[in-house]
Amino acid sequence: MGDSWTTATVEPSIDNHEISSISRLIMSPSRHFNGPSTTHSSTMQLPKSSYNMLSAFCTEDNIPQCVLYINQEMDSLGFSSACIEASSLEKSVGLNTVAALNIMYELLQMHHRTQRRLEEQETEQLKNSSALEHLQSNNSRLKDQLELCKREKSGLHEVERQLQLKIKTLQNCLKTEKDEVQKLQSVIASRASQYSHDAKRKERESTKLKERLNQLLVDKKDKKLAIDVLNYLGRADGKRSQWKTGKLEARHEGEMYKSLLGDYEARQRALMLENSELKKVLQQMKKDMVSILSPSPRKPRSGSRADRVEDSLELAGSDREEEVGDCSREGLDHSCDHTRDQTCEHAREQLTNSIRQQWRRLKSHMERLDSQASLVTQRQHCAGNELVSRQIHEEEMERMRMEVQQCRDFIQTQQQLLQQQLSSAYCDEDTAALLNDCYSLEERERLKEEWRLFGEQRKNFERERKSFTEAAIRLGHEKKAFEEERASWLKNQFLNMTPFVDRKRHTTLETPRALSISSEPDMRIASTPAALTKSRTYAAFSTPKAALVPGIPSTADLYRTLCLIPDSSSSSRGSSKPGSGQEYSTFHNREDTTVRSKHRHGGGDGCSIFSLGSEENSLT
Amino acid sequence: MPMKVGRFQQFLDTGNALCFCSKMNFSEVFKQSNQLCRISPDGKYLATCVQYRLVVRDLKTLQILHLYTCLDQIVYMEWSSDSLFVLCAMYKRGLVQVWSLEQPDWYCKIDEGSIGLVSSRWSPDGRHILNTTEFHLRVTVWSLCTKAVSYIKYPKACQKGTDFSRDGCYMALAERRDCKDYVSVFVCDDWHLLRHFETETQDLAGVEWSPNSCVLAVWDSCLEYKVLLYSLDGRLLSSYSAYEWSLGIKALAWSPSSQFLAIGSYDEKVRILNHITWKKLRELEHPATINNTTAVVYKEVERRPGVGSDNLSIQQHVSVGSTLFKTHSKYVVCSLPVQLPVSKPDLDRANPKIGVSSMAFSSDNRYLATKNDSMASVVWVWDMQRLGLLAVLEQTSAVRCFQWDPCRPRLALCTGNAKLYLWSPAGCVSVTVPAEAGFQVQSVSWHCSGDSLILVGKDQLCLCYMEED
Repeated sequence: MGDSWTTATVEPSIDNHEISSISRLIMSPSRHFNGPSTTHSSTMQLPKSSYNMLSAFCTEDNIPQCVLYINQEMDSLGFSSACIEASSLEKSVGLNTVAALNIMYELLQMHHRTQRRLEEQETEQLKNSSALEHLQSNNSRLKDQLELCKREKSGLHEVERQLQLKIKTLQNCLKTEKDEVQKLQSVIASRASQYSHDAKRKERESTKLKERLNQLLVDKKDKKLAIDVLNYLGRADGKRSQWKTGKLEARHEGEMYKSLLGDYEARQRALMLENSELKKVLQQMKKDMVSILSPSPRKPRSGSRADRVEDSLELAGSDREEEVGDCSREGLDHSCDHTRDQTCEHAREQLTNSIRQQWRRLKSHMERLDSQASLVTQRQHCAGNELVSRQIHEEEMERMRMEVQQCRDFIQTQQQLLQQQLSSAYCDEDTAALLNDCYSLEERERLKEEWRLFGEQRKNFERERKSFTEAAIRLGHEKKAFEEERASWLKNQFLNMTPFVDRKRHTTLETPRALSISSEPDMRIASTPAALTKSRTYAAFSTPKAALVPGIPSTADLYRTLCLIPDSSSSSRGSSKPGSGQEYSTFHNREDTTVRSKHRHGGGDGCSIFSLGSEENSLT
Repeated sequence: MPMKVGRFQQFLDTGNALCFCSKMNFSEVFKQSNQLCRISPDGKYLATCVQYRLVVRDLKTLQILHLYTCLDQIVYMEWSSDSLFVLCAMYKRGLVQVWSLEQPDWYCKIDEGSIGLVSSRWSPDGRHILNTTEFHLRVTVWSLCTKAVSYIKYPKACQKGTDFSRDGCYMALAERRDCKDYVSVFVCDDWHLLRHFETETQDLAGVEWSPNSCVLAVWDSCLEYKVLLYSLDGRLLSSYSAYEWSLGIKALAWSPSSQFLAIGSYDEKVRILNHITWKKLRELEHPATINNTTAVVYKEVERRPGVGSDNLSIQQHVSVGSTLFKTHSKYVVCSLPVQLPVSKPDLDRANPKIGVSSMAFSSDNRYLATKNDSMASVVWVWDMQRLGLLAVLEQTSAVRCFQWDPCRPRLALCTGNAKLYLWSPAGCVSVTVPAEAGFQVQSVSWHCSGDSLILVGKDQLCLCYMEED
């Protein structure tokens, strides 16, 4: 029995028990693998579950020793040894039950913990072993692969070696082929030379033969070689043939050169013609370019705004360009004069140079125009709505008017006809009677009906006209409102104005114009329909120009109301005499200072003045 | 003996606005041999050869004016420039006979004897005859005014060894001496040697004067692409070579204004040189596929009579009774791209059938007609103003001959069948010749006034009159 075995060795038995219990607990599904040790342990009885009296650890006799032993053991295990006290004094064992139980409990706990840890470790081990297995299989696979690769590598090495061998042989082949080609080429060359040599030899021989044949024929006095003519003919030109003399030779030469000369002359003439044509075209082009490009200071003041913008844009570089342009224009005239009779190198150069210059200018001008056009379209886009509506309105009005006019004409003719009929009735009673007889009653009825219809139409037209006038009045109201708004805007603008606002212009030259420019953005919006339609034609280049409608106050008017500028300035606004420009500049300065002072003194004062101005505007 | 002039009339469709004549009349057919029929330079007479007889007809009435009998079958016939004499050559016998129109009993017989004869021609003055002997031993110049005989030695046997200038003043002759090419320029008036110069050619193939008689174009044989341009006084003006190492020039043509020189070559291109710099202006290619949108492709379509007319037809003709059973043809404008029929030549053999072999400028310099040998049934018409393709005529069979009207921009062509084809900038027309069956037009030649055409068959000929409205 196992009992005797366990008694024989206590310590190992515990160990053994532990191991067996572990194996039983964890390896239970695979118990048969563990062989004899597990079968042995399965038959064994656990000491925990049953207390065996026969071979007990503690007996009545050795209780103190046991206790001592236990205590020692407990100490060594780290538990308080005070749990079990041996009361040696009384020679009886006094077991501290609570402590012992606690210890027991703790031991049990410990046991459980260790069991759990064991379990965990076992699973861990299992995992590890499986991982190990996996790794091993992996390893072996990789080894196989490695082997395979090695084999492949060696195979490839072999192939490479073979290929290199092949390359070497091919290279050798190539070399030999090249040699062959070279050889063949040299052969061909030699053959060619041989051939040409032979050909030459043959040709020489043939010529020699020909010579010989000729000689023979001449020597033989070939009787058959003859011309048999009834009578000799006169020359085609009727002249007699001439003796061959040096003079004749010279004449031939002369004629030849004459014909050559004639040809060259004809060709030269053709080229000249072409040249002059081309030059003409070039000059025309240049002229056009100059006229397009030249800044137009001679344009009337009423020119569109784009011109002014252009002027202002060009102003900076205009001095230089003017110079260049003048010189080029001079050059053009110069070259024009020259090309009339000769093609002077200098003139040609000048012409081409100036053309080039003009071309460059044209290009830059075009670019500028492009940018301006885009700007203008942008602006138009902003102001587009109103414009379109007005345009349509205008058209509609025009159409209506036309219709009214047509109807009027129609009515008039009708009336005339009626009158005629009446008069005819008067003048000739017989015929009238006849006619009256002829005209049936229903005819008259029809006429009446028509008359009524016309009356209705007329009424309709009257109504429409009324509605239109109403619309016009409404528009007028709207306009007024807008003007008021504008006036207020102007006021604000004026209030915000500082004397140092630069208008990107030479104010010393044309102050009024500078001012008008400054006031233009709003004028554009406020301009009348007529001005709008006119301005639309300039759309590509310009923004609408301010039209001086009595209802709209200009900046100058505003200034006048402010008593900043004397009346004369507004009257001479259009003219730009150099002297007056000077004058204006002084005015401008003064006005600036006054404005500044007003501004400084307080907004209230200025406001009242402005409101006064706007009132005046609304009155006019 | 007066001949009855029977005329068949061929009415063309009048619904079109083509600038062709509204009516074409055809004469009866006449016999001829060796395709020898020439209209006199003044346009009054028609000379034809029938075996060993020379027949001279009045072109208006077609009545026989003179009948001359030669010693043997006539191989070559030529009018003198003043239309007074006719030269008849019998090469085999080494004989040349000259006949006079004014004096029918006047005769002239030139016997070259045992030396043989390969070519005979009039000099431009109509008083000298140039005979080339066998083996090109020499050129004999026979004068009909004096007994004088001149020899010119060393003429070169080549494509075009001699050329007279258009004004008849000068003759250029290619020579070969000491294995080098030379050109001699003679004054035709008295055969004075004006210039003699060596040319930079390997193997000279031809010489040709510009129509204004001031520039002589000299070209090398097909082994080398080279054109040399010499002034009348022998100065080399320019030389042009488009490429090397390939077969070169096949044909050369001057425009009537001497402004352009067209060079057709084996690479199926025509190169146009200008007369100022002698540089290439343009290469005119002859591709097998046409997708040039500016060109009109006319395709000849044969149809049996009785088939309903097609809307696409450019021009169709109304048949008369005798032609009812012949095949009719018409032109159809093809929509691009068009694939043209190409015959692949054997490039390994000598003189392969490829490249531009014939070119002709219209009299007004505006158009150039060309033919590429690998597309034998196609004629190309180029606009010289924009140097581009204008029209392509695709025929059903190979084009034998084409010639421009000497007065109008009008091209006549024939393809060896019983039809005459005409092209003008306004369009194309195909006309069936109303002669009896078997008449096949082998070549065409215009009358100098441009209002009639000789259609030459194998052993017959027929005149075609164009009548303008």
